[in-house]
Amino acid sequence: MAKKNDWVRIHRNVLEPQERTGKLPEDTKQVPLEMWVKGRLQNETAEIGDEVTIVTSVGRTEHGRLIEVNPCYELNYGAFVPEILEMEGRLRSALFGGDRA
Amino acid sequence: MINGMIVDKSYQAVTGRKAEIIDKAMGVDYSKYERDGVAFDYEAMMNDTGYTLADHIRIQRQHNVGNTPIFELHNLTALARKYAAPGKGARIFVKDEASNPAGSFKERRAAASVYHAKKMGYKGVIAATSGNYGAAVASQAAMQGLKCIIVQECYDSHASGQPEIIEKARKCEALGAEVLQLTVGPELFYEVLVMLEETGYFNASLYSAFGVGGVETLGWELGHQFLERYGRHPDVVVCANAGGGNLTGTARGLIKAGCPAQVVAASVDLKGLSMASDKQFNRKSFTTAHTGFGVPYATDPDHSDVPRSAARPLRYMDRYVTVKQGEVFYITEALATLEGMEKRPAGNTSLAAAFSLAQEMDQDQIIVAQETEYTGAGKHIQPQLAFARQNGIELLFGDPADEIPGTNIVFPADPGLLKARDADLDHMRASLIRRQVRNATAPITDADVAYLVEETKSDEAFVRKVLATL
Repeated sequence: MAKKNDWVRIHRNVLEPQERTGKLPEDTKQVPLEMWVKGRLQNETAEIGDEVTIVTSVGRTEHGRLIEVNPCYELNYGAFVPEILEMEGRLRSALFGGDRA
Repeated sequence: MINGMIVDKSYQAVTGRKAEIIDKAMGVDYSKYERDGVAFDYEAMMNDTGYTLADHIRIQRQHNVGNTPIFELHNLTALARKYAAPGKGARIFVKDEASNPAGSFKERRAAASVYHAKKMGYKGVIAATSGNYGAAVASQAAMQGLKCIIVQECYDSHASGQPEIIEKARKCEALGAEVLQLTVGPELFYEVLVMLEETGYFNASLYSAFGVGGVETLGWELGHQFLERYGRHPDVVVCANAGGGNLTGTARGLIKAGCPAQVVAASVDLKGLSMASDKQFNRKSFTTAHTGFGVPYATDPDHSDVPRSAARPLRYMDRYVTVKQGEVFYITEALATLEGMEKRPAGNTSLAAAFSLAQEMDQDQIIVAQETEYTGAGKHIQPQLAFARQNGIELLFGDPADEIPGTNIVFPADPGLLKARDADLDHMRASLIRRQVRNATAPITDADVAYLVEETKSDEAFVRKVLATL
C-alpha cells in the first residue's frame, strides 16, 4: 500500500488508438499513446492499480494508474556478449600482430 | 468535467493551436521571416536571437560548456594505414564532447536556450528528446535555476524500452527534471504542446536558432584548436547527422573561424525500418544519428516543433556517407581497446566514417570526428547488443555491406571491411526542392531559385533542372 507523499510511478493512455494522428504505420495505429511519469502521491492511501493523483518534480499535477511505489532504475550492462571479446581480439591482432592478441 | 478536458486537449484541437502555443512559448514571431514565394530569410532568423557567436561562447564558458579537448587517435590512424594505399591514411582526431557537464555536445544547444528562457522570465523549459539533449537541458536548467520537463519517446506497446533511452531518463531525473515517457509515435510533439500550454514554460526546441547557434562554438573551437596546436586547419570534419543541428552549427562555426574544411555528414544506415512503427521500435540498435532521422530532416527540415528549423544541413553538407550498425559498434570497441577511451556507440558514428574516409586521404592530412558522448549502463555496446539479441537480432562477423537493419548486425570480419558508403546527395537536394515548391501558390521566381540554391548548396543550373522535372 502507498501513502500520501510516497514517490510513485503512474501510467495512463494519453491518446486512444482512434484519437491518434492519421499519419502512422498500421501497427502503431492499433495501439494507444501511453505515458509514464513519477511524482508524490496525493491520495491518502492507494493500492497498485488504483487511479491516483500525483505532483511531479516540477510541481505539476498528473493523474493515472499507480504502477510502482519507490520506483527504481533497473538498467544494467545486459547479458554477456561474447562477440565483444572476439572484436577486441581481432582488433588487437590486426594492429599489433597475433602474439599480442 | 473530464469530457470538457478531453475535447480541449484532443490531438486536432491542440495541434490546431500550434502557432499560438509556440509563439507564447518562445517569444519568436516566425511569420516575419517569411518572404514572398517559397523563401524565408534564414540568416535574419539566425541573427535575430540577439546572441552572437561571442555571446554563445561567453554563456557557455559561464556555464561550464565547451572548450573540449581534441585527441589524436594514433592507434586507429596506424590501423587505418594498414588498409590504405601507400602514402594514404590521414591523421584521425576526435573532439571529446563527452567532457561537457552532461556528457555530450548537446549542452552547447541547451545553454543559450535556458539562458534566454531565464532572461525572458520563463519559470521552466520543456524539450522533446529521447537523446542526450534531455540531459543537456536538464543540466543547464539545474545550473541556471529553472524547472525542466523532458518528453521522451521511450517504449513500445509492451512497455519494453531501449536501454539507452532509459539511461537518459535516469540522467534527466538525476539532474532534477520531470521526465514524461511515451510510447512510439510522432504525437510526442503533441504532448509537448500540451505541456507548454499547461505550464507556460519555454520551448527549448532542438531546432531553434538559439540551439543551433550554440553549436557554432564547436566549429569555431575546431578551427582555432588545430591552428594553435598544429599550425593548420583540419581537412575534413565529420559530423553525425540526425536532426541536422550538429552539422549546421558546426559548419557555420567553421566558416566563422575561417576554416575551409570539407564538411561530411555521417548517419547509421537504418534503411527499411520505420521510425514510427511500434513493432520495429526495438529492432533498431541506434536511437539517434541514423538515416531514419538524418534523411527526412535533411530533405524536409521544417517538420519539427518550430515553424522554421534553424537546422538546415543541406546548406552546408559537402558529402553524406552512411555506416552500418555493426561498423559503429566495432569502432566503439576499437576506441576502447586500442585507444583506451570508452564512449557511447551513437557518438562514434562520425568516427566510424572517419576511419574509412581517412584511407582515401593523404597521410599528412587531418580528419576529425567532431564528437564523443558519455557511456554507462544502458548506453554502452554491451547492453545495446544484449538487447538486440534479446529482440531476435542476429550478431555475426562478416562484410557489413550484408547487414539488414532489424534482422542482423554484421561486425567487420576484418578492419578493412569497414566502409563509409556515399549517399546520393543530389537526390536529397532534389527532394528538398520538390518539397519546398510543392505548396507554392505562385509561379517560382528568380528569388525563389536563389533561395533554393542556398538551401541545397548547389547552383542555379541544378535547381532549374530539378524544377523542370516537376
